[in-house]
Parts: sequence; structure tokens; C-alpha cells
Amino acid sequence: MKKGFNFRDILATYGILIVLIALSVVFAAMTSGQFFAIENVFNILKQVAVVGIMSVGMTMVLLTAGIDLSIGSIAGVGCVLTAALLLKGVNVWLVVLAVLAISTATGMLNAFFINELQIPPLITTLAMMTSIRGVAYLITGGMPIFGFKSDILVLGQGYVGFIPVPVIVMVIVFIIGIIFVQNTRYGRYIYGVGGNEEATRLSGISVKKIKYIVYSISGLLSGLAGMVMLARINSGTPKMGQGYEMDVITAVVLGGVSISGGEGRLGFVIVGVLIMGVLTNGLILLNVQEYVQWVIKGLALIAAVGFDRFTQQRKVKAVAV
Amino acid sequence: MDESILSFNNITMLFPGVRALDNVSMQFRKGEIHAIVGENGAGKSTLIKILAGAYQPTEGTIEVLGQTYSAHSHYTPHESLAMGISVIYQEFNLIPYLTVAENIFYGREMTRGGFIDRKQMAGETQRLCREMGIELDPRTRVKDLSIAYQQIVEIVKSLSRDVKIVVMDEPTAPLTNKEIESLFGIVRKMKARGVTVLYISHRLEEVFEICDRVSVMRDGKYITTKNMNEVSIKELIGFMIGRELSQDYPQAAGRGSEVVLAVKGLATDKIKDVSFELYKGEILGLGGLVGSGRSETVRALFGADRLKSGEITVLGNKRRISSPADAIKYNIGLLPEDRKRQGLVVGMQVKDNITYGILRVLSKFGLVSAAAQKRICLELKDSLKIKTPKITQITRNLSGGNQQKVVLAKWLATKCDILIFDEPTRGIDVGTKQEIYSLMRDLTKRGKSIIMISSEMPELIGMSDRIVVMHEGRVNGVIARENFSQEKILEIASGTNGKGGATR
Repeated sequence: MKKGFNFRDILATYGILIVLIALSVVFAAMTSGQFFAIENVFNILKQVAVVGIMSVGMTMVLLTAGIDLSIGSIAGVGCVLTAALLLKGVNVWLVVLAVLAISTATGMLNAFFINELQIPPLITTLAMMTSIRGVAYLITGGMPIFGFKSDILVLGQGYVGFIPVPVIVMVIVFIIGIIFVQNTRYGRYIYGVGGNEEATRLSGISVKKIKYIVYSISGLLSGLAGMVMLARINSGTPKMGQGYEMDVITAVVLGGVSISGGEGRLGFVIVGVLIMGVLTNGLILLNVQEYVQWVIKGLALIAAVGFDRFTQQRKVKAVAV
Repeated sequence: MDESILSFNNITMLFPGVRALDNVSMQFRKGEIHAIVGENGAGKSTLIKILAGAYQPTEGTIEVLGQTYSAHSHYTPHESLAMGISVIYQEFNLIPYLTVAENIFYGREMTRGGFIDRKQMAGETQRLCREMGIELDPRTRVKDLSIAYQQIVEIVKSLSRDVKIVVMDEPTAPLTNKEIESLFGIVRKMKARGVTVLYISHRLEEVFEICDRVSVMRDGKYITTKNMNEVSIKELIGFMIGRELSQDYPQAAGRGSEVVLAVKGLATDKIKDVSFELYKGEILGLGGLVGSGRSETVRALFGADRLKSGEITVLGNKRRISSPADAIKYNIGLLPEDRKRQGLVVGMQVKDNITYGILRVLSKFGLVSAAAQKRICLELKDSLKIKTPKITQITRNLSGGNQQKVVLAKWLATKCDILIFDEPTRGIDVGTKQEIYSLMRDLTKRGKSIIMISSEMPELIGMSDRIVVMHEGRVNGVIARENFSQEKILEIASGTNGKGGATR
């Protein structure tokens, strides 16, 4: 019934891509082309890898109409725990397995509180954010852990050909994530839980199980992101990953995932992640003060959520006809 | 009495790609009850929204209480309200956490010394309720009320204003017969006071009972206006759908002798000692007033509500059903009353909704087979005549009747043998209703068994092979088809038959 070309629809669907391009062009102009230099492009990709990896988990959580504020802290523990174990001389593969298992279990604990105690995700993960951060400080005694030599550094500093390893890791995570969300039944249920939890339950699907799955995945990927962080700077500090939930949520919402759940596509989240990367990188190239960057990032989240609400409202009106 | 209070003159309303109203003109008199009928999508809701000031028409004028508004004068919802126009929508505008009285006086609270005067508000609410013959504690929170009572709160709310024109959009849909009677009493009282009532309903019997005149709309166009006494129900349906349509129910097939489902002593917080049997190939009607425990019974049976005690036997085997997943494992499916809230994920595509319950079966190596999904959906789309341009359409964009068919398709896809329909035709237009009825009959002919809850008496009588009638959380009687009558059902449903008056 609708005509082929509708400007507002196109804006709603691809607006975010336009923002990315516009932002890139502006920064390129302001930095006299330095922005588009091939090293800088890979630099941006390398910088967004951590946020990108975590955003895949966050997307799934948001799709179920939940939220996970504990990801930065889980990444922090993942980071210092890896460092501590490596310093003790534990086999690197064993370390990777152990850290991923612990991160997944932490995510599962989030889901346990949400499912079994019926505590809203916002509160659960807010509390966990603080507690887990405390654990990170306990592990290190407040001091950075460094001085280990390990193959794990490849994860943050290695290259395959001319492509940085962290970028490859992010791309693989995205590909697996997209297949999981789009083409498996659990992926469909994730949308269903966010879209209509009661209907999902009455369709014979265990809503609790879906929540266990998404928070576990979010935990797992946060742990992975923590290892990438460690590998990049070669030192495990307990405040690692602090504030990352902010960047990740902003990226995911910029990518068109609705904060009320049930709507959004993981494919577009890549664009949101890139916008965050471009924004950070551009502001650094322009020598913008860090505190100003915070102000801008906060406003970016407001803008992203505001846009989401705006399009949701239009939808409600359209349906009411 | 012939004084015109409201008229629509040549109203046209365009939405992107849709002509929702096409040159519609209608007149309404002071103090009349005037029905507007038409199938879903005929344009009734759009017309009402223009009256309420929610939409500005593309062309045409409205004359309300002597004032004329054109497409360009800014007629707002606020103005509409201030002029004494009150619209009671199907979806209520109530604040769940506030009390009945607070809702009724929302935005114009009575105060004393700057503080809310709860006592006075409660008193006024009580007076209004008494006028309607309704028992309602003004201090109850709206969230604790059933749908029926929430509707009543909406009506009382409109009455508490000085209304001149009241629009009621499907007001009786969630009400039981007794409640409908008291509603009609109120509507007549309003009429006597000179209030004009615009009455929108799919239930034509009611239109004949309560209304003075009726206007028919079809596909966004005005068709005709008739006095109630110069038109028959058949003619009216003819105007609505543009063709003749039999309002007969499909022939009953006669049930088998095998008991497919037996429940014994079912009890939850809301029901007590509920027992009945379901035979293969039968439609078992579940009758009773709203709040008599019909929905609660099927929810308990389906594992959606916690069971306190009771036994469920499926095909001769005693089964423990503690979750919907259990029920589905034993091939029991539930089509809930509230489609949007319980039956569908309206933001998902039609194909995902249809295959929602069988994605496990459609998965190979963890991946959902798109081809199998498409095949099943197209098959069901054709056999149920689901009107959607493509199966990837977002379900929200389908009409109510088609959404109901998607829910039906979902359960047919699961190959359930026992299907529970909770108010299968609520809010669905006449044409689609007929289709749903014959679909239900077809299912029983293919050996499926159906439990149907219905508040519509003709539907209950027309479709059921037997009727279990509930009263205050208990089964108060079972009636066989040859003994069906409206009086008998009502008698048992209202508990006036004397305890234990069950007939087989």
C-alpha cells in the first residue's frame, strides 16, 4: 500500500549510515585528510574492537528488553585475572578457557538474579557492576599487574597480513552473532522475549532460559574483550573497562536497537560501533579535551535514545489508524 | 427531537497511500442512540478520531453543537473534550496504579486546602456508580480490576463530565450479559437526559436492541442511514459487506466417543474443584459471566497459572502440566483472549509468529531452515486465507481478524490435537467471523478437539456441542446440545438454578 519512496522511512532505516558518513567527511575535512589515512582507518577499527565485541552481547540483552551495566566490570576482572594467572605461569590456553568460563558464569549470575529473584536487569547489573569491580581490585590488590610474556599479546597487538588481530576477532564475533540472532531459533526467541514476553511463554518457550543465554553471552564476550584490552597494553590494571558500558550501550542504540526490546538488527550495530570509534578518534585528532569528549558522548546517547523514542512514537500513531 | 447536534460534511481523510475516508457525510440528532457499523477497516475509527480532534481531516467540515470546523481550523482533542464530547476507546486510558476515584477525576481532582479530597471524590464516584447500578469500591486500584470493570470506570469517567456526545467503541465486547444490561440501562438514561450516543459495535443484535438509527460504512465510504425499525439484520449485513451473507453457524459434526482430555478437581486461587471431559472431535463451550473463572480454568489447564490441586488426563494418561511447554508437549494449544498481549509478538514478522512454536522442529544443525519456514507459512496463509501482502510483513500491520488467523496458524503449525480458543472472534468483523467458525468446524472434522470460551451467547449456542457453564469459579452445570437455550445458560451462569442442577 505504501509508495516506494518514503523519505522518512529511509531516514529511519539508513539515517545512522548517513550520520557515519557525514561525521567521517567532517573529520576528514577538519584534519586535512589525515583522518582517511589507511593507518588511521585501521587505528579506528583497532580501537573499536573492544566496544564492538561487547556490543554483540549487549545487543542481545537489549533485544530481550534488558540491559547489562556490568560488562565493563566483567571485562576488568577478565583483564586482571588473565594477567594474574599468566604471571603465575599457567598455560595460556588454560588461562583463556578459565577466564572465559568465569566471565560466562558471572553473566549467568546476572540472569539468576533477574530470573529467580525477579530483580529488574537495571538494578541487578548496576549492583553487579560495583561488586565485580571490587573483585578486580581485590585480585590485584589495587596495583597493576605486568611483567609477563605470553602468546596472548597476539590478541591485542598481532597482525594477519595487514589486518590487526583484534579487528579479526571482532569481525568473527559479529559474524557468529548475526548468524545466531538471525538464523537460529534461540535468536528468534530473543526478539520474541523483548517483543512480547507473555506470548513467548504461552508459546511454550522458556523465557528464563533465553535470559540465561543472553546474559551469559554478554558475560562471555565481556571477558573476551577484557583479554583483548590486556593484550593491547600489556598490563592488567583493575580499573580497566570502566565506563565501557556507556560506550557500548550508545553504540548499540545508535545502531538502531530499541531500548524497549524486540527491535533492531545486529548488522546495523556495526555502524553504531563505528560511529563511536570515529567520534572518539576524530575528537582526539582534533585535540579536544577529554572532559569535553565525555560531554559529547553523553549527548550522543541522549540523541540516540531520543531518536529511537521518536520513531517508536511514530509507529504507535501509525498503528492507531 | 430532530435537532441536529453533529454533522460530518463531505469528510475525506488521506493517509500515505490510503484513502481512509472518502467524502463521508452523516448527521446525528440530539438525544439519539445512533449506531455506526461496518467491517474492520471501514473507517469508523478514523471518523471517531476526527470527532475527538485527534486527526484533522484532509477535506470537509464538521459541525458540532453549532460550531463549524474545517480541515484548516485547529480543532484539538482539548477543544473536543471541552465541548462535551467523550470517546470511550476499546483500549482504555486509565492509570493502573491509581484508584478508581483518582482515575475518574484525573486532571481535575477535587481539592480542599490544596490537598486532594479523597473523601469527596470517593463519594461522588460512589454516587455515579450507584446511578448505574454497579458495585465498585472507589478506593480499588484500577490494576486490580478485570477488563469489564475497567471499562465501567471509563464510562463513569465520561459520565462525570458534562457530556453532550458520547462515543462508545465496542463497549460491550468485554462485558457479560448482565453487565451489558446495566450498561444499556445507563445508555438509555443518558439518552433521556438529551445526550447523543454514537454506538460502534460488531454485535448487530445489540444495535437492534439499543439504537434508534444506524449508519453503515464500507471501505471508507458512507453507505446509508436507516431507522432501526425499517431494516433487518440480514439487510444490514448486506450493506456492511456489500453482498448477502448467511449468519448461520456451520453444521455440527457430532462428536466421537473417545475422551481426549479429562480434568478433575482443578483448583487455583481463582477456581475451585473444576471437572469436565472433552471428547474427540467436539467443540466444548465454556460459558459463564466475566469473572466466573473460564479463562482461569483454561490457563490452569494450559500450565500458564499455578495449579493448587487437580488431575489432568490426556488421552488416558495422567499428566503433570506445570508450564505451557508441558501442555504443548501433550499437544494442547491455547489461543488467548488478548491476542496482542498474549498471543503474538506483534513487532515480529508474520512468518516468525506462525512458526514460533515449531522453530525447534524446523532447525537443522541449530539453524532455522528458511525454506521449510516459508513452505509452512505459505500453506497456512492460503488455507486460512490470511490477508497479508507477504509473510515477511510485520504482524502489527495486519487487521485484527488477520492477526487472529496468525495466532490460529501458529497453533495449527504445532499440530496440537486439543485447541483452546478464548473468545475467538472478539473484535473481529462479520465476514472473518464466519471464516473462523468454519475453520473451527473443519478442525473438529479432522479429529481435533476444541474448548471454546465465548461471552457471545449466539456464538456459544451456535458453535458448541456441549456447554460447561461456570459460576463463581466452579462448574455449575453441563448442557447437551439438544437442551441449549439462552435462558438455561443464563440461569446456570448466574447461579439461580440451585446447586447441583447439572444436566447431561
